[in-house]
Amino acid sequence: MTAAAEGSPSFGMMRARRNALLQSEPVQGLALISPTFLYALVLLVLPILVVVAHSFWTQNYLTIDRSFTLENYRAALTEPIYRDLLWRSLYISMMVSFFTVVLAYPIAYFISFHGGRHKSLWLFLITIPFWTSYLLRVMSWKVILGYNGVLNSGLLGLGIIDEPSTALLYNSSAVIITLTHAWAAFAILPIFVSLEKIDRTLIEAAKDLGDGPIRSFLRVTLPLSAPGVISAALIVMIPTVGDYVTPKLVGGKDGVMIANAIQAQFGKASNWPLGAALSVTTMLIVTLMAGATVVIIRAAQRLAR
Amino acid sequence: MTAMRRFLASGWLSAYAFVYVVFLYLPVIFLPIFSVNSAATPKFPLSGFTLKWYQDLPRNPALLEAAWNSLVVGVSAAMLSTVLGILAARSITRYRYPGRRAINGLIMAPLVLPEIIVAISMLLVILQLGLSLSLFTIVLGHVLICVPYSMTVLTAGFEGFDRSLEEASADLGESAFGTFRRVTLPMVAPAIISSLLVCFTISLDEFIIAFFLTGTEATLPIYIWGQLRFASKLPGVLALGTLLLAASFLLMTIAEVLRRRAARRTQNEGGLHA
Repeated sequence: MTAAAEGSPSFGMMRARRNALLQSEPVQGLALISPTFLYALVLLVLPILVVVAHSFWTQNYLTIDRSFTLENYRAALTEPIYRDLLWRSLYISMMVSFFTVVLAYPIAYFISFHGGRHKSLWLFLITIPFWTSYLLRVMSWKVILGYNGVLNSGLLGLGIIDEPSTALLYNSSAVIITLTHAWAAFAILPIFVSLEKIDRTLIEAAKDLGDGPIRSFLRVTLPLSAPGVISAALIVMIPTVGDYVTPKLVGGKDGVMIANAIQAQFGKASNWPLGAALSVTTMLIVTLMAGATVVIIRAAQRLAR
Repeated sequence: MTAMRRFLASGWLSAYAFVYVVFLYLPVIFLPIFSVNSAATPKFPLSGFTLKWYQDLPRNPALLEAAWNSLVVGVSAAMLSTVLGILAARSITRYRYPGRRAINGLIMAPLVLPEIIVAISMLLVILQLGLSLSLFTIVLGHVLICVPYSMTVLTAGFEGFDRSLEEASADLGESAFGTFRRVTLPMVAPAIISSLLVCFTISLDEFIIAFFLTGTEATLPIYIWGQLRFASKLPGVLALGTLLLAASFLLMTIAEVLRRRAARRTQNEGGLHA
Protein backbone atom coordinates (compact mmCIF):
# COMPACT_ATOMS: atom_id res chain seq x y z
CA MET A 1 0.00 0.00 0.00
CA THR A 2 1.59 3.31 -1.06
CA ALA A 3 1.21 6.63 0.67
CA ALA A 4 -0.40 8.14 -2.42
CA ALA A 5 -3.11 5.48 -2.57
CA GLU A 6 -3.74 5.95 1.13
CA GLY A 7 -4.22 9.67 0.66
CA SER A 8 -6.52 9.40 -2.37
CA PRO A 9 -10.15 9.93 -1.30
CA SER A 10 -11.80 8.04 -4.17
CA PHE A 11 -9.61 4.99 -3.63
CA GLY A 12 -10.34 5.11 0.09
CA MET A 13 -14.09 5.27 -0.49
CA MET A 14 -13.94 2.39 -2.94
CA ARG A 15 -12.06 0.38 -0.37
CA ALA A 16 -14.54 1.31 2.32
CA ARG A 17 -17.48 0.19 0.14
CA ARG A 18 -15.79 -3.08 -0.78
CA ASN A 19 -14.98 -3.71 2.89
CA ALA A 20 -18.60 -3.07 3.81
CA LEU A 21 -19.74 -5.64 1.27
CA LEU A 22 -17.15 -8.33 1.91
CA GLN A 23 -16.72 -7.99 5.61
CA SER A 24 -19.67 -7.72 7.90
CA GLU A 25 -19.11 -6.67 11.51
CA PRO A 26 -19.16 -10.23 12.95
CA VAL A 27 -16.64 -11.49 10.37
CA GLN A 28 -14.25 -8.62 11.06
CA GLY A 29 -14.58 -9.02 14.80
CA LEU A 30 -13.98 -12.76 14.68
CA ALA A 31 -11.06 -12.39 12.29
CA LEU A 32 -9.46 -9.89 14.64
CA ILE A 33 -9.82 -12.04 17.74
CA SER A 34 -8.94 -15.34 16.05
CA PRO A 35 -5.15 -15.31 16.72
CA THR A 36 -5.68 -14.84 20.47
CA PHE A 37 -8.58 -17.29 20.47
CA LEU A 38 -6.55 -19.93 18.62
CA TYR A 39 -3.64 -19.41 20.99
CA ALA A 40 -5.87 -20.13 23.97
CA LEU A 41 -7.45 -23.07 22.14
CA VAL A 42 -4.14 -24.72 21.22
CA LEU A 43 -2.23 -23.97 24.43
CA LEU A 44 -5.01 -24.22 27.01
CA VAL A 45 -8.04 -26.21 25.82
CA LEU A 46 -6.13 -28.84 23.86
CA PRO A 47 -3.63 -29.45 26.70
CA ILE A 48 -6.46 -29.79 29.23
CA LEU A 49 -8.15 -32.34 26.95
CA VAL A 50 -4.86 -34.22 26.74
CA VAL A 51 -4.69 -34.25 30.55
CA VAL A 52 -8.25 -35.59 30.75
CA ALA A 53 -7.36 -38.30 28.21
CA HIS A 54 -4.25 -39.28 30.16
CA SER A 55 -6.27 -39.64 33.33
CA PHE A 56 -8.04 -42.64 31.74
CA TRP A 57 -4.80 -44.33 30.60
CA THR A 58 -2.02 -46.17 32.42
CA GLN A 59 1.74 -46.00 32.31
CA ASN A 60 4.18 -48.91 32.05
CA TYR A 61 7.61 -47.46 32.71
CA LEU A 62 8.07 -45.19 29.73
CA THR A 63 5.17 -46.23 27.50
CA ILE A 64 1.58 -45.10 27.89
CA ASP A 65 -1.05 -47.86 27.67
CA ARG A 66 -4.07 -46.25 25.99
CA SER A 67 -6.75 -48.72 27.05
CA PHE A 68 -9.53 -47.07 29.04
CA THR A 69 -9.41 -47.48 32.81
CA LEU A 70 -10.80 -45.78 35.91
CA GLU A 71 -7.99 -47.14 38.06
CA ASN A 72 -6.31 -43.72 38.42
CA TYR A 73 -9.51 -42.17 39.75
CA ARG A 74 -9.94 -45.05 42.17
CA ALA A 75 -6.41 -44.35 43.45
CA ALA A 76 -6.98 -40.60 43.58
CA LEU A 77 -10.20 -40.92 45.58
CA THR A 78 -9.55 -43.88 47.85
CA GLU A 79 -5.82 -44.10 48.57
CA PRO A 80 -5.49 -42.45 52.00
CA ILE A 81 -2.53 -40.27 51.04
CA TYR A 82 -4.24 -38.64 48.06
CA ARG A 83 -7.61 -38.44 49.79
CA ASP A 84 -6.04 -36.66 52.77
CA LEU A 85 -4.08 -34.27 50.57
CA LEU A 86 -7.19 -33.48 48.57
CA TRP A 87 -9.25 -32.77 51.70
CA ARG A 88 -6.50 -30.65 53.19
CA SER A 89 -6.14 -28.64 49.98
CA LEU A 90 -9.88 -28.02 49.85
CA TYR A 91 -9.94 -27.10 53.56
CA ILE A 92 -7.01 -24.70 53.16
CA SER A 93 -8.43 -23.03 50.05
CA MET A 94 -11.83 -22.65 51.76
CA MET A 95 -10.28 -21.11 54.90
CA VAL A 96 -8.08 -18.81 52.81
CA SER A 97 -10.97 -17.58 50.70
CA PHE A 98 -13.10 -17.05 53.83
CA PHE A 99 -10.41 -15.04 55.62
CA THR A 100 -9.40 -12.99 52.58
CA VAL A 101 -13.02 -12.01 51.91
CA VAL A 102 -13.79 -11.18 55.56
CA LEU A 103 -10.59 -9.15 55.94
CA ALA A 104 -10.95 -7.48 52.55
CA TYR A 105 -14.59 -6.40 52.86
CA PRO A 106 -14.05 -3.54 55.37
CA ILE A 107 -11.17 -2.20 53.27
CA ALA A 108 -13.20 -2.28 50.08
CA TYR A 109 -16.06 -0.62 52.01
CA PHE A 110 -13.73 2.01 53.43
CA ILE A 111 -12.29 2.88 50.01
CA SER A 112 -15.69 2.93 48.32
CA PHE A 113 -17.56 4.95 50.99
CA HIS A 114 -14.83 6.98 52.69
CA GLY A 115 -12.10 7.01 50.03
CA GLY A 116 -13.21 10.41 48.71
CA ARG A 117 -10.87 11.83 46.09
CA HIS A 118 -8.15 9.31 46.87
CA LYS A 119 -9.98 6.15 45.79
CA SER A 120 -7.60 5.24 42.99
CA LEU A 121 -4.57 6.07 45.13
CA TRP A 122 -5.85 3.68 47.83
CA LEU A 123 -6.44 0.95 45.25
CA PHE A 124 -2.96 1.45 43.87
CA LEU A 125 -1.45 1.35 47.38
CA ILE A 126 -3.22 -1.92 48.09
CA THR A 127 -2.47 -3.65 44.81
CA ILE A 128 1.20 -2.75 44.44
CA PRO A 129 2.61 -5.38 46.85
CA PHE A 130 0.89 -7.99 44.71
CA TRP A 131 2.85 -7.16 41.64
CA THR A 132 5.96 -8.27 43.42
CA SER A 133 7.12 -11.84 43.09
CA TYR A 134 4.84 -14.37 44.73
CA LEU A 135 7.87 -16.54 45.48
CA LEU A 136 9.50 -13.65 47.35
CA ARG A 137 6.38 -12.91 49.37
CA VAL A 138 6.14 -16.53 50.46
CA MET A 139 9.85 -16.43 51.27
CA SER A 140 9.38 -13.37 53.47
CA TRP A 141 6.76 -15.25 55.51
CA LYS A 142 9.30 -17.99 55.99
CA VAL A 143 11.71 -15.34 57.28
CA ILE A 144 9.01 -14.04 59.65
CA LEU A 145 7.70 -17.34 61.01
CA GLY A 146 10.94 -19.36 61.12
CA TYR A 147 12.58 -20.83 64.25
CA ASN A 148 15.27 -18.15 64.07
CA GLY A 149 12.85 -15.80 62.37
CA VAL A 150 11.63 -12.27 62.89
CA LEU A 151 8.64 -13.13 65.07
CA ASN A 152 10.52 -15.53 67.34
CA SER A 153 13.56 -13.30 67.75
CA GLY A 154 11.34 -10.27 68.27
CA LEU A 155 9.23 -11.98 70.94
CA LEU A 156 12.37 -13.32 72.62
CA GLY A 157 13.91 -9.87 72.63
CA LEU A 158 10.80 -8.42 74.23
CA GLY A 159 10.86 -11.14 76.87
CA ILE A 160 7.42 -12.46 75.94
CA ILE A 161 8.67 -16.00 75.28
CA ASP A 162 11.67 -17.83 76.73
CA GLU A 163 12.59 -20.00 73.77
CA PRO A 164 11.76 -19.86 70.05
CA SER A 165 8.42 -21.43 69.19
CA THR A 166 8.37 -24.15 66.56
CA ALA A 167 4.58 -23.90 66.25
CA LEU A 168 4.69 -20.95 63.84
CA LEU A 169 6.19 -22.53 60.74
CA TYR A 170 5.69 -25.82 58.90
CA ASN A 171 1.99 -26.46 59.44
CA SER A 172 -1.27 -25.74 57.66
CA SER A 173 -1.86 -22.51 59.66
CA ALA A 174 1.36 -21.09 58.23
CA VAL A 175 0.06 -21.99 54.76
CA ILE A 176 -3.29 -20.33 55.48
CA ILE A 177 -1.67 -17.13 56.81
CA THR A 178 0.72 -16.87 53.88
CA LEU A 179 -1.95 -17.49 51.25
CA THR A 180 -4.40 -15.09 52.94
CA HIS A 181 -1.76 -12.40 52.66
CA ALA A 182 -0.81 -13.37 49.10
CA TRP A 183 -4.36 -13.18 47.73
CA ALA A 184 -5.70 -10.14 49.63
CA ALA A 185 -5.75 -7.75 46.68
CA PHE A 186 -7.65 -10.20 44.48
CA ALA A 187 -10.50 -10.17 47.01
CA ILE A 188 -10.54 -6.40 47.52
CA LEU A 189 -10.98 -5.45 43.86
CA PRO A 190 -14.21 -7.35 43.00
CA ILE A 191 -15.84 -6.32 46.30
CA PHE A 192 -14.85 -2.70 45.69
CA VAL A 193 -16.33 -2.79 42.18
CA SER A 194 -19.66 -4.15 43.39
CA LEU A 195 -19.81 -1.61 46.26
CA GLU A 196 -19.18 1.18 43.76
CA LYS A 197 -22.17 0.05 41.71
CA ILE A 198 -24.61 0.38 44.63
CA ASP A 199 -27.04 3.26 44.23
CA ARG A 200 -26.35 5.43 47.30
CA THR A 201 -29.94 6.72 47.38
CA LEU A 202 -31.08 3.20 48.39
CA ILE A 203 -29.01 3.45 51.57
CA GLU A 204 -30.39 6.94 52.20
CA ALA A 205 -33.89 5.58 51.71
CA ALA A 206 -33.29 2.79 54.23
CA LYS A 207 -32.06 5.36 56.76
CA ASP A 208 -35.02 7.67 56.09
CA LEU A 209 -37.34 4.73 56.70
CA GLY A 210 -35.81 4.28 60.13
CA ASP A 211 -33.06 1.73 59.68
CA GLY A 212 -29.95 2.42 61.75
CA PRO A 213 -26.52 2.29 60.12
CA ILE A 214 -26.00 -1.36 61.01
CA ARG A 215 -29.46 -2.49 59.87
CA SER A 216 -29.21 -0.56 56.61
CA PHE A 217 -25.77 -2.08 56.03
CA LEU A 218 -27.02 -5.61 56.68
CA ARG A 219 -30.23 -5.22 54.67
CA VAL A 220 -29.12 -3.00 51.78
CA THR A 221 -25.37 -2.67 51.29
CA LEU A 222 -24.29 -6.21 52.13
CA PRO A 223 -26.90 -8.05 50.00
CA LEU A 224 -26.29 -5.70 47.06
CA SER A 225 -22.55 -6.34 47.21
CA ALA A 226 -23.07 -10.13 47.17
CA PRO A 227 -21.93 -10.49 43.53
CA GLY A 228 -18.57 -8.95 44.47
CA VAL A 229 -18.29 -11.22 47.50
CA ILE A 230 -19.02 -14.23 45.28
CA SER A 231 -16.39 -13.37 42.69
CA ALA A 232 -13.87 -12.53 45.40
CA ALA A 233 -14.44 -15.89 47.08
CA LEU A 234 -14.10 -17.80 43.80
CA ILE A 235 -11.11 -15.88 42.47
CA VAL A 236 -9.25 -16.83 45.65
CA MET A 237 -10.62 -20.33 46.23
CA ILE A 238 -10.00 -21.90 42.81
CA PRO A 239 -6.34 -20.95 42.29
CA THR A 240 -5.25 -21.54 45.90
CA VAL A 241 -6.40 -25.16 45.88
CA GLY A 242 -3.57 -25.91 43.45
CA ASP A 243 -0.88 -23.90 45.16
CA TYR A 244 2.58 -25.45 45.06
CA VAL A 245 5.07 -22.89 46.37
CA THR A 246 3.50 -22.01 49.72
CA PRO A 247 3.05 -25.57 51.06
CA LYS A 248 6.54 -26.43 49.84
CA LEU A 249 8.19 -23.45 51.57
CA VAL A 250 6.17 -22.93 54.76
CA GLY A 251 3.93 -26.01 54.98
CA GLY A 252 6.34 -28.68 56.16
CA LYS A 253 4.98 -32.21 56.53
CA ASP A 254 1.56 -31.15 57.84
CA GLY A 255 1.02 -28.51 55.18
CA VAL A 256 1.61 -30.56 52.02
CA MET A 257 -1.10 -29.98 49.44
CA ILE A 258 -2.36 -31.82 46.37
CA ALA A 259 -0.20 -29.79 43.95
CA ASN A 260 2.91 -31.22 45.59
CA ALA A 261 1.59 -34.75 44.90
CA ILE A 262 0.71 -33.82 41.33
CA GLN A 263 4.19 -32.42 40.76
CA ALA A 264 5.71 -35.63 42.17
CA GLN A 265 3.77 -37.71 39.63
CA PHE A 266 5.18 -35.62 36.79
CA GLY A 267 8.66 -35.61 38.33
CA LYS A 268 10.18 -38.26 40.57
CA ALA A 269 7.33 -40.78 40.66
CA SER A 270 6.80 -40.37 36.91
CA ASN A 271 3.22 -41.59 36.72
CA TRP A 272 1.63 -39.11 34.32
CA PRO A 273 -1.82 -40.74 34.22
CA LEU A 274 -2.13 -40.68 38.01
CA GLY A 275 -0.94 -37.05 38.06
CA ALA A 276 -3.53 -36.26 35.40
CA ALA A 277 -6.31 -37.97 37.37
CA LEU A 278 -5.32 -36.07 40.52
CA SER A 279 -5.44 -32.79 38.55
CA VAL A 280 -8.85 -33.53 37.04
CA THR A 281 -10.27 -34.66 40.40
CA THR A 282 -8.99 -31.52 42.11
CA MET A 283 -10.52 -29.29 39.44
CA LEU A 284 -13.88 -31.09 39.56
CA ILE A 285 -14.14 -30.97 43.35
CA VAL A 286 -13.08 -27.34 43.59
CA THR A 287 -15.66 -26.50 40.93
CA LEU A 288 -18.34 -28.21 43.02
CA MET A 289 -17.15 -26.35 46.11
CA ALA A 290 -17.21 -23.07 44.19
CA GLY A 291 -20.77 -23.84 43.02
CA ALA A 292 -21.84 -24.59 46.59
CA THR A 293 -20.32 -21.30 47.76
CA VAL A 294 -22.29 -19.39 45.14
CA VAL A 295 -25.54 -21.11 46.21
CA ILE A 296 -24.89 -20.44 49.91
CA ILE A 297 -24.04 -16.74 49.42
CA ARG A 298 -27.08 -16.24 47.16
CA ALA A 299 -29.33 -17.91 49.76
CA ALA A 300 -27.89 -15.70 52.50
CA GLN A 301 -28.47 -12.68 50.30
CA ARG A 302 -32.14 -13.59 49.85
CA LEU A 303 -32.58 -14.20 53.59
CA ALA A 304 -31.06 -10.83 54.45
CA ARG A 305 -33.65 -9.03 52.37
CA MET B 1 -25.64 11.84 67.53
CA THR B 2 -25.70 10.29 64.07
CA ALA B 3 -22.84 12.52 62.97
CA MET B 4 -20.89 11.39 66.00
CA ARG B 5 -21.66 7.77 65.27
CA ARG B 6 -20.69 8.15 61.63
CA PHE B 7 -17.40 9.76 62.63
CA LEU B 8 -16.72 6.88 65.00
CA ALA B 9 -17.53 4.30 62.33
CA SER B 10 -15.29 6.05 59.85
CA GLY B 11 -12.57 6.33 62.52
CA TRP B 12 -12.68 2.60 63.18
CA LEU B 13 -12.56 1.92 59.47
CA SER B 14 -9.60 4.26 58.96
CA ALA B 15 -7.72 2.56 61.78
CA TYR B 16 -8.53 -0.82 60.27
CA ALA B 17 -7.40 0.37 56.83
CA PHE B 18 -4.11 1.51 58.36
CA VAL B 19 -3.49 -1.81 60.12
CA TYR B 20 -4.42 -3.69 56.95
CA VAL B 21 -1.96 -1.75 54.79
CA VAL B 22 0.74 -2.47 57.39
CA PHE B 23 -0.18 -6.18 57.20
CA LEU B 24 0.15 -6.01 53.41
CA TYR B 25 3.50 -4.26 53.36
CA LEU B 26 5.22 -5.59 56.46
CA PRO B 27 6.33 -9.01 55.14
CA VAL B 28 7.62 -7.46 51.94
CA ILE B 29 9.63 -4.84 53.88
CA PHE B 30 11.64 -7.48 55.75
CA LEU B 31 13.44 -8.49 52.55
CA PRO B 32 15.23 -5.14 52.05
CA ILE B 33 15.86 -4.79 55.80
CA PHE B 34 17.67 -8.12 56.13
CA SER B 35 19.43 -7.76 52.78
CA VAL B 36 21.63 -5.02 54.29
CA ASN B 37 22.08 -6.78 57.63
CA SER B 38 25.52 -8.24 58.23
CA ALA B 39 24.32 -11.43 59.99
CA ALA B 40 23.83 -14.55 57.89
CA THR B 41 20.44 -15.39 59.45
CA PRO B 42 17.50 -12.98 59.34
CA LYS B 43 16.70 -12.27 62.99
CA PHE B 44 16.42 -9.41 65.45
CA PRO B 45 18.27 -7.52 66.77
CA LEU B 46 19.98 -6.33 63.57
CA SER B 47 23.72 -6.81 63.72
CA GLY B 48 25.05 -4.10 61.44
CA PHE B 49 24.79 -2.46 58.06
CA THR B 50 26.54 -4.00 55.06
CA LEU B 51 26.33 -3.98 51.28
CA LYS B 52 28.46 -7.09 50.86
CA TRP B 53 25.51 -9.30 49.81
CA TYR B 54 24.85 -6.89 46.95
CA GLN B 55 28.52 -6.70 46.02
CA ASP B 56 28.65 -10.50 45.73
CA LEU B 57 25.76 -10.65 43.26
CA PRO B 58 27.56 -9.63 40.03
CA ARG B 59 30.37 -12.09 40.77
CA ASN B 60 28.02 -15.02 40.32
CA PRO B 61 27.91 -16.29 36.70
CA ALA B 62 24.87 -18.56 37.27
CA LEU B 63 22.93 -15.57 38.57
CA LEU B 64 23.93 -13.36 35.65
CA GLU B 65 22.85 -16.04 33.21
CA ALA B 66 19.50 -16.42 34.98
CA ALA B 67 19.02 -12.64 34.86
CA TRP B 68 19.73 -12.62 31.12
CA ASN B 69 17.31 -15.53 30.57
CA SER B 70 14.62 -13.70 32.55
CA LEU B 71 15.14 -10.60 30.44
CA VAL B 72 14.86 -12.56 27.17
CA VAL B 73 11.75 -14.46 28.34
CA GLY B 74 10.15 -11.32 29.81
CA VAL B 75 10.64 -9.16 26.73
CA SER B 76 9.43 -11.90 24.34
CA ALA B 77 6.41 -12.76 26.50
CA ALA B 78 5.49 -9.09 26.94
CA MET B 79 5.62 -8.35 23.22
CA LEU B 80 3.78 -11.47 22.12
CA SER B 81 1.03 -11.17 24.74
CA THR B 82 0.54 -7.48 24.07
CA VAL B 83 0.13 -8.12 20.33
CA LEU B 84 -2.42 -10.86 21.07
CA GLY B 85 -4.00 -8.59 23.69
CA ILE B 86 -4.34 -5.68 21.25
CA LEU B 87 -6.09 -7.86 18.65
CA ALA B 88 -8.49 -9.36 21.18
CA ALA B 89 -9.20 -6.15 23.11
CA ARG B 90 -9.85 -4.26 19.88
CA SER B 91 -12.20 -6.99 18.67
CA ILE B 92 -14.07 -7.13 22.00
CA THR B 93 -14.51 -3.36 22.36
CA ARG B 94 -15.18 -2.50 18.71
CA TYR B 95 -17.30 -5.33 17.28
CA ARG B 96 -20.48 -7.19 18.23
CA TYR B 97 -20.76 -10.83 17.17
CA PRO B 98 -22.13 -14.16 18.43
CA GLY B 99 -19.81 -16.08 20.76
CA ARG B 100 -18.04 -12.90 21.84
CA ARG B 101 -18.57 -13.51 25.55
CA ALA B 102 -17.59 -17.18 25.35
CA ILE B 103 -14.37 -16.40 23.49
CA ASN B 104 -13.57 -13.64 25.96
CA GLY B 105 -14.22 -16.04 28.83
CA LEU B 106 -11.84 -18.61 27.37
CA ILE B 107 -9.08 -16.05 26.85
CA MET B 108 -9.51 -14.82 30.45
CA ALA B 109 -9.68 -18.36 31.92
CA PRO B 110 -5.97 -18.70 32.84
CA LEU B 111 -6.59 -15.94 35.39
CA VAL B 112 -8.74 -18.23 37.57
CA LEU B 113 -7.16 -21.61 36.86
CA PRO B 114 -4.58 -22.96 39.30
CA GLU B 115 -1.22 -22.32 37.64
CA ILE B 116 -0.12 -25.89 38.23
CA ILE B 117 -2.96 -27.16 36.02
CA VAL B 118 -1.88 -24.81 33.21
CA ALA B 119 1.74 -25.86 33.71
CA ILE B 120 1.30 -29.63 33.75
CA SER B 121 -1.16 -29.68 30.86
CA MET B 122 1.24 -27.70 28.66
CA LEU B 123 4.10 -29.89 29.83
CA LEU B 124 2.22 -33.05 28.79
CA VAL B 125 1.48 -31.71 25.31
CA ILE B 126 5.01 -30.44 24.75
CA LEU B 127 6.52 -33.77 25.80
CA GLN B 128 3.97 -35.71 23.70
CA LEU B 129 4.85 -33.67 20.64
CA GLY B 130 8.49 -34.52 21.25
CA LEU B 131 9.48 -30.85 21.60
CA SER B 132 12.31 -30.09 23.95
CA LEU B 133 11.85 -27.80 26.93
CA SER B 134 13.63 -24.47 26.64
CA LEU B 135 13.23 -20.76 27.27
CA PHE B 136 10.84 -20.77 24.30
CA THR B 137 8.41 -23.13 26.04
CA ILE B 138 8.48 -20.82 29.10
CA VAL B 139 7.54 -17.92 26.81
CA LEU B 140 4.60 -19.93 25.43
CA GLY B 141 3.32 -20.51 28.96
CA HIS B 142 3.90 -16.95 30.12
CA VAL B 143 2.01 -15.54 27.13
CA LEU B 144 -1.00 -17.66 28.08
CA ILE B 145 -1.16 -16.20 31.61
CA CYS B 146 -0.17 -12.65 30.56
CA VAL B 147 -2.85 -12.21 27.87
CA PRO B 148 -5.72 -11.84 30.42
CA TYR B 149 -3.87 -9.01 32.21
CA SER B 150 -2.96 -7.40 28.89
CA MET B 151 -6.64 -7.64 27.86
CA THR B 152 -7.77 -5.98 31.10
CA VAL B 153 -5.38 -3.06 30.70
CA LEU B 154 -6.11 -2.65 26.97
CA THR B 155 -9.92 -2.98 27.03
CA ALA B 156 -9.96 -0.25 29.69
CA GLY B 157 -7.80 1.86 27.36
CA PHE B 158 -9.90 1.10 24.28
CA GLU B 159 -13.34 1.42 25.90
CA GLY B 160 -13.37 5.16 26.54
CA PHE B 161 -12.23 5.65 22.99
CA ASP B 162 -14.50 7.86 20.87
CA ARG B 163 -15.36 5.93 17.72
CA SER B 164 -16.41 9.07 15.84
CA LEU B 165 -12.73 10.02 15.58
CA GLU B 166 -12.04 6.89 13.58
CA GLU B 167 -15.16 7.42 11.48
CA ALA B 168 -14.05 10.97 10.76
CA SER B 169 -10.68 9.65 9.66
CA ALA B 170 -12.30 7.06 7.40
CA ASP B 171 -14.66 9.70 5.94
CA LEU B 172 -11.68 11.85 5.15
CA GLY B 173 -10.31 9.00 3.03
CA GLU B 174 -7.90 7.30 5.36
CA SER B 175 -7.56 3.53 4.88
CA ALA B 176 -8.34 1.17 7.76
CA PHE B 177 -4.64 0.65 8.44
CA GLY B 178 -3.89 4.36 8.10
CA THR B 179 -6.66 5.18 10.56
CA PHE B 180 -5.30 2.66 13.01
CA ARG B 181 -1.75 3.94 12.69
CA ARG B 182 -2.48 7.66 12.69
CA VAL B 183 -5.60 7.96 14.88
CA THR B 184 -6.11 4.88 17.03
CA LEU B 185 -2.51 4.03 17.89
CA PRO B 186 -1.48 7.44 19.27
CA MET B 187 -4.57 7.45 21.49
CA VAL B 188 -4.00 3.99 22.93
CA ALA B 189 -0.18 4.09 23.05
CA PRO B 190 -0.06 4.62 26.85
CA ALA B 191 -2.33 1.59 27.38
CA ILE B 192 -0.09 -0.49 25.12
CA ILE B 193 3.08 0.50 26.97
CA SER B 194 1.28 -0.15 30.25
CA SER B 195 0.34 -3.64 29.01
CA LEU B 196 3.97 -4.32 27.99
CA LEU B 197 5.20 -3.34 31.45
CA VAL B 198 2.55 -5.38 33.28
CA CYS B 199 3.28 -8.49 31.17
CA PHE B 200 7.04 -8.10 31.59
CA THR B 201 6.63 -7.82 35.37
CA ILE B 202 4.39 -10.91 35.53
CA SER B 203 6.85 -12.92 33.45
CA LEU B 204 9.82 -11.67 35.49
CA ASP B 205 8.22 -12.83 38.75
CA GLU B 206 6.46 -15.99 37.53
CA PHE B 207 7.74 -19.23 39.01
CA ILE B 208 5.45 -22.27 38.62
CA ILE B 209 5.09 -22.31 34.83
CA ALA B 210 8.78 -21.54 34.33
CA PHE B 211 9.66 -24.29 36.83
CA PHE B 212 7.70 -26.93 34.90
CA LEU B 213 8.42 -25.79 31.37
CA THR B 214 12.12 -25.06 31.59
CA GLY B 215 14.82 -27.34 30.24
CA THR B 216 18.24 -26.72 31.71
CA GLU B 217 18.14 -22.92 31.65
CA ALA B 218 16.99 -21.08 34.77
CA THR B 219 15.11 -17.79 35.06
CA LEU B 220 15.60 -15.64 38.17
CA PRO B 221 12.73 -17.17 40.21
CA ILE B 222 14.01 -20.68 39.37
CA TYR B 223 17.50 -19.61 40.41
CA ILE B 224 16.13 -18.25 43.70
CA TRP B 225 14.18 -21.47 44.28
CA GLY B 226 17.39 -23.47 43.87
CA GLN B 227 19.25 -21.23 46.35
CA LEU B 228 16.54 -21.48 49.02
CA ARG B 229 17.72 -24.99 49.90
CA PHE B 230 20.97 -23.61 51.30
CA ALA B 231 20.58 -21.57 54.48
CA SER B 232 23.98 -19.93 53.93
CA LYS B 233 22.80 -18.51 50.57
CA LEU B 234 19.83 -16.71 52.14
CA PRO B 235 21.36 -13.20 52.47
CA GLY B 236 22.31 -13.25 48.79
CA VAL B 237 18.79 -14.35 47.88
CA LEU B 238 17.38 -11.53 50.02
CA ALA B 239 19.57 -9.01 48.19
CA LEU B 240 18.53 -10.38 44.79
CA GLY B 241 14.90 -10.43 45.95
CA THR B 242 15.14 -6.80 47.01
CA LEU B 243 16.41 -5.82 43.56
CA LEU B 244 13.55 -7.75 41.93
CA LEU B 245 11.03 -6.09 44.27
CA ALA B 246 12.41 -2.66 43.39
CA ALA B 247 12.22 -3.46 39.67
CA SER B 248 8.60 -4.67 39.96
CA PHE B 249 7.59 -1.63 42.03
CA LEU B 250 9.14 0.73 39.52
CA LEU B 251 7.66 -0.96 36.45
CA MET B 252 4.18 -1.16 37.97
CA THR B 253 4.23 2.47 39.07
CA ILE B 254 5.15 3.57 35.54
CA ALA B 255 2.43 1.27 34.14
CA GLU B 256 -0.17 2.77 36.51
CA VAL B 257 0.78 6.35 35.64
CA LEU B 258 0.53 5.53 31.93
CA ARG B 259 -2.77 3.71 32.39
CA ARG B 260 -4.26 6.77 34.09
CA ARG B 261 -2.92 9.04 31.40
CA ALA B 262 -4.50 6.77 28.76
CA ALA B 263 -7.84 6.87 30.56
CA ARG B 264 -7.71 10.67 30.86
CA ARG B 265 -6.71 11.10 27.22
CA THR B 266 -9.52 9.02 25.74
CA GLN B 267 -12.05 10.63 28.08
CA ASN B 268 -10.95 14.17 27.28
CA GLU B 269 -11.07 13.55 23.55
CA GLY B 270 -14.52 11.98 23.90
CA GLY B 271 -15.66 14.99 25.91
CA LEU B 272 -14.54 17.41 23.21
CA HIS B 273 -16.64 15.68 20.61
CA ALA B 274 -19.74 15.08 22.68
